[in-house]
Amino acid sequence: MFRRILPLVIKELQMLLGDPGGRRLLIMPVVLQLLLFPAAATLEVKNNVLAVLNQDSGAASVELIQRFSLAQAFSKVLRVEGQAGLTAAIEGQEALLAVVFPPDFSRHLETGLNPSIQVILDGRRSNSGQIALGYVNHILETYQRERADAGTAPKPVPIAVRHWFNPNLTYHWFVLPSLVATITTASTLIVTSLSLAREREHGTFDQLLVSPLTPELIMIGKAIPAMLVGTVQGTIILLAGIFIYGVPFQGSAFLLYASMFFYLLALVGFGLFISSICATQQQAFLGVFCFMMPAVLLSGFSAPIENMPEWLQLITWADPLRHFIVIVKGVFLKDMGAMQVAEHTLPLLAIAAATITAAAISFRRRLA
Amino acid sequence: MGVAELSPAMASGAIAQLRNIQKTFGKGEKPALAELTADVFGGRITGLVGPDGAGKTTLIRLLAGLMAPSSGTITVDGSDPIADADRVRSIVGYMPQKFGLYEDLTVAENLDLYADLRNVTGQYRKETFHRLLQFTDLAQFTGRPAGKLSGGMKQKLGLACTLLGKPKVLLLDEASVGVDPISRRELWRMVQALVSEGMAVLWSTSYLDEAELCADVLLLNEGRLLFNGPPKELTDRVKDRCRLVRGIGGSRRQVLARALRLPEVLDGVIQGSNIRLLLRNAAREPSPADLNAGPEAQWTSGPPRFEDGFIDILGGGPGGHSVLAEHLPVVPHAGEVVIEARELTRKFGSFTAADHVHFQVRGGEIFGLLGPNGAGKSTTFKMMCGLLVPTSGLATVMGIDLKQSASEARQKIGYMAQKFSLYGSLTVGQNLQFFAGIYGLNGARKREAIEQMIAVFSFGPLIQTKADELPLGFKQRLALACAVMHEPPLLFLDEPTSGVDPVTRREFWTHINGAVEKGVTVMVTTHFMDEAEYCDRIGLVYRGKLIATGTPDALKKMAARPGLEEPTMEDAFIELVGRHPD
Repeated sequence: MFRRILPLVIKELQMLLGDPGGRRLLIMPVVLQLLLFPAAATLEVKNNVLAVLNQDSGAASVELIQRFSLAQAFSKVLRVEGQAGLTAAIEGQEALLAVVFPPDFSRHLETGLNPSIQVILDGRRSNSGQIALGYVNHILETYQRERADAGTAPKPVPIAVRHWFNPNLTYHWFVLPSLVATITTASTLIVTSLSLAREREHGTFDQLLVSPLTPELIMIGKAIPAMLVGTVQGTIILLAGIFIYGVPFQGSAFLLYASMFFYLLALVGFGLFISSICATQQQAFLGVFCFMMPAVLLSGFSAPIENMPEWLQLITWADPLRHFIVIVKGVFLKDMGAMQVAEHTLPLLAIAAATITAAAISFRRRLA
Repeated sequence: MGVAELSPAMASGAIAQLRNIQKTFGKGEKPALAELTADVFGGRITGLVGPDGAGKTTLIRLLAGLMAPSSGTITVDGSDPIADADRVRSIVGYMPQKFGLYEDLTVAENLDLYADLRNVTGQYRKETFHRLLQFTDLAQFTGRPAGKLSGGMKQKLGLACTLLGKPKVLLLDEASVGVDPISRRELWRMVQALVSEGMAVLWSTSYLDEAELCADVLLLNEGRLLFNGPPKELTDRVKDRCRLVRGIGGSRRQVLARALRLPEVLDGVIQGSNIRLLLRNAAREPSPADLNAGPEAQWTSGPPRFEDGFIDILGGGPGGHSVLAEHLPVVPHAGEVVIEARELTRKFGSFTAADHVHFQVRGGEIFGLLGPNGAGKSTTFKMMCGLLVPTSGLATVMGIDLKQSASEARQKIGYMAQKFSLYGSLTVGQNLQFFAGIYGLNGARKREAIEQMIAVFSFGPLIQTKADELPLGFKQRLALACAVMHEPPLLFLDEPTSGVDPVTRREFWTHINGAVEKGVTVMVTTHFMDEAEYCDRIGLVYRGKLIATGTPDALKKMAARPGLEEPTMEDAFIELVGRHPD
């Protein structure tokens, strides 16, 4: 059996790597995304403008405003006059957020009352706003604590935050392991589904079907090259992450590759299923796209799954990317144990079994 | 086909003139066209023929103003196609090999689109649509998507779209390829009607019986004009050199092979149970004894055809010797039933594409499936090679049910389709390696098989060439090589020579004939009636049913009637289909 699959695999690789255009298509996305993603997909909030409306005339507000302007998160502190100026700054997206010191802020602080300040966030940029608010809070807390240390105010309960597995919150550490998962997803799916659709368009598919190869063997012959491509691309990103971006690799490479195998198998299942219901390359491409978008959205890569409604959380279980991102981050950053890896690999195995079976049935049905 | 009637009064002066045309693609390459001077006249059909790669399409594209000649001048109705492109495009209708129909749009939508592009509007548009739909007989199909039309209807729609701008010059590039004989005649009649209105038509074709009916023929070979004049002039050059050998005892394929080895014989083909030979100029007539054609064999002189003149001017056919057949092992199943269709039925929804088709093919036989486009011959063919599962009935090859153990059955089959399903981006060598591999050849056997194919088909210098870049003739050889490398006892050929010139087609059939002599069984579908003549038996499929089975001669006899005493294969085809009650 293997004797007949081997020529299929060789042919597929020859076609993929045979022409310069095809080679570029496999390498360019990896290089581009490696360059762009870590730079662009940062979750840190930097270089934003903070508007300040200071109705207070005391020392405390001046001190705090100074602290704001020193913080890295804000490139500029914009002084605005009156409520109208504040509205204009937020509406015109001049400032991401605004802080309003009430007229009696410093006085209340002096007298030991707990004064309040108002913070206005641009809801259109809620995510960045939330993070920026965190910085503001942090600055306020520090200020309060220092005053307490100096004995001028009651001591608030100190909160020490420590981020495990990414102590300095370097976002490369977060992004790169996820890239291992996302980039391989695209190419594995495209290689599987487009190559079959291409054979259909060119009439070579009939030529395969009249050969002694069974539909199952043809499917395996499509699956192996796609998985090889996925593995190679994943390895490139892995190595780039470790050696170029300096992300520490804590876990077991064996566990990572073992789970990657099942992840790619699940992807190939989806790819084969898509191609089994498509007649042309165009349809197959759209099919891959229809799968990719929700797969990335529901994976927890860009938005935490815990924040999704419950029914959607259930659906995410069918998303192979969701499971593999957990594994790849876990193995990368915290030396995830074999048991835990297995726990997340099991769903991948189930997804692979389901999609491959569906593809095989759909294949057979199209022939009949 | 009807005789092209031409009144000299209608034939105006030359509408298109080509003077000293030279066209070269890329430096150092052989010119695609060289020193070409020719005229295309209004009110006639000018045929354009020649082997593949002769420069036919280049010539048509030059006239359409789609490219400029390297040197020389072209005028169409007094204008230069490049300098005065707007005017020339408004008077030239160009229908390429595959007309750009939008398959998902309906007939009417396609017409609308091309009318918009051609700026045909208002009342005139309405009248034109009406006229063209009448003319092409497509009026009842206006709501049907173009992709669901039969091959013949697609070509008619393409022609209708081309005619929207009322062109003075009509350029048709292989418009009748892949179209059944009935639709082909209709297409011809339509073009003839246009010509009688004064239009100039340049008709490129690989059907030489069509060329024979043209008023003038331009014959190109390797970019040079070998002949320019009425087809009869070319035919007359061979008029005393055609012979029919009748009453052959033994295998007519072997007789043909022997005949083609004789120095006196320039060309030969099988015509039903007879063979047809073309002698060299001034050659003596060989005696029947030279052919070893049996005691009953008789020689008669036959009427010359344009194809004979064509082969003559090109210096003869490819010869009758198949190196391929020499290397094939003898298949022992002569005379046994090796392919069988038993009450084979296939339904698509409520439509029955094949309806209780029943036939047997014996070892060492060539069985042809003929029928109009969409009649069900492809469906039947696909079921016989396991590409389609029958709704009911049984398809067996070598006694194996294709439903039960398809893989085992398919190992016995060599398959070659009209599109030459090779991997275009792989090289010749890689294609051979691949097909040897999937048919389970390995080790020394694989190496030998590949080396043999390289030697037989002279692939040596081309081994690193991508299949897409091969000339058509070599593509066909490669497709055949890939199909026979595993030495299958059965060959399934689906329109194997569609769009291929007569010389290449002869070469192909030389190999097939040689293989059959070794005991290989062949099942073939075709639209070429001269290809049908090679078959031992023919099954005629119409409306999903097998309406007639028999030898080519038997079918001709069946079709004969007063007024049609000696029908050709094409006549027989049309007659028998026409007789079938709707």
